[in-house]
Amino acid sequence: MKYPVTQHLNYAVLQLTGEVDLSESPNARKQILNHIKNKSNLLVDLSLVEYIDSSGVASLVEGFQTARAEQLEFALVGVSSSAMQVLQLARLDSVFTIYDSLDDVKE
Amino acid sequence: MIRLERIHLLSRADKLQPLRHFVRELASQQGCCEENLDSMVMAINEACMNVMQHAYGGREDGEIIVEFWKDDGELLVRIYDFAEKVDLKGIKSRDLNEVRPGGLGVHIIHQVMDSVEYKNQTDSVGNVLEMRKQLSMPVKCNSGTSENNKAKN
Repeated sequence: MKYPVTQHLNYAVLQLTGEVDLSESPNARKQILNHIKNKSNLLVDLSLVEYIDSSGVASLVEGFQTARAEQLEFALVGVSSSAMQVLQLARLDSVFTIYDSLDDVKE
Repeated sequence: MIRLERIHLLSRADKLQPLRHFVRELASQQGCCEENLDSMVMAINEACMNVMQHAYGGREDGEIIVEFWKDDGELLVRIYDFAEKVDLKGIKSRDLNEVRPGGLGVHIIHQVMDSVEYKNQTDSVGNVLEMRKQLSMPVKCNSGTSENNKAKN
């Protein structure tokens, strides 16, 4: 599945959807890393994510670390309650920059 | 103790989604509250994923058996695999201060379940993970609602 991408300010916004589990996380990871490889600041929109497991979270962590190494911005936006539950369990809610909505993102 | 279900699945990633839906339905039928239901779904998904990735090393033809038992007010889940015995001492949560991809599954399982025990099967191969969770904890599960009601009153 190719996730929808939009542009907001100087960020690409990648909209993950559905259940990001072991069968889907390699695809999510590839698309996240492709944006970073293309030197794009990235917002990952999790508002339509119904379920994410530790493999999906690992894709986000890898994106975050790769972006940081490339001196690019990486943040999460509109994190759904089920995704937030997993981020909190992994104590990553304080590691990622998280915006409630795109309106909160400033250039 | 009553056995509720015993299901077999192959060690394939596409088996996880139907498994999660099955767990949600079974636990709900047993009167599990929403909060604990999410915890059980999460823990069983992470445990089976660990079997697929680590015990079977990505092999897709491995067999996994998941048993569900009701023991008083608890759901007991046993997950059997038939891979090489793993070193039980090597199964541990990683340091969460170290931010890196992977290694979160064991931590999540321990966080959300009431008890977790890894065992080797008595036969020459295979491992068992036994996890327990209260089906319903009225005070904890409804605490948000109660507080909200108090605030409204």
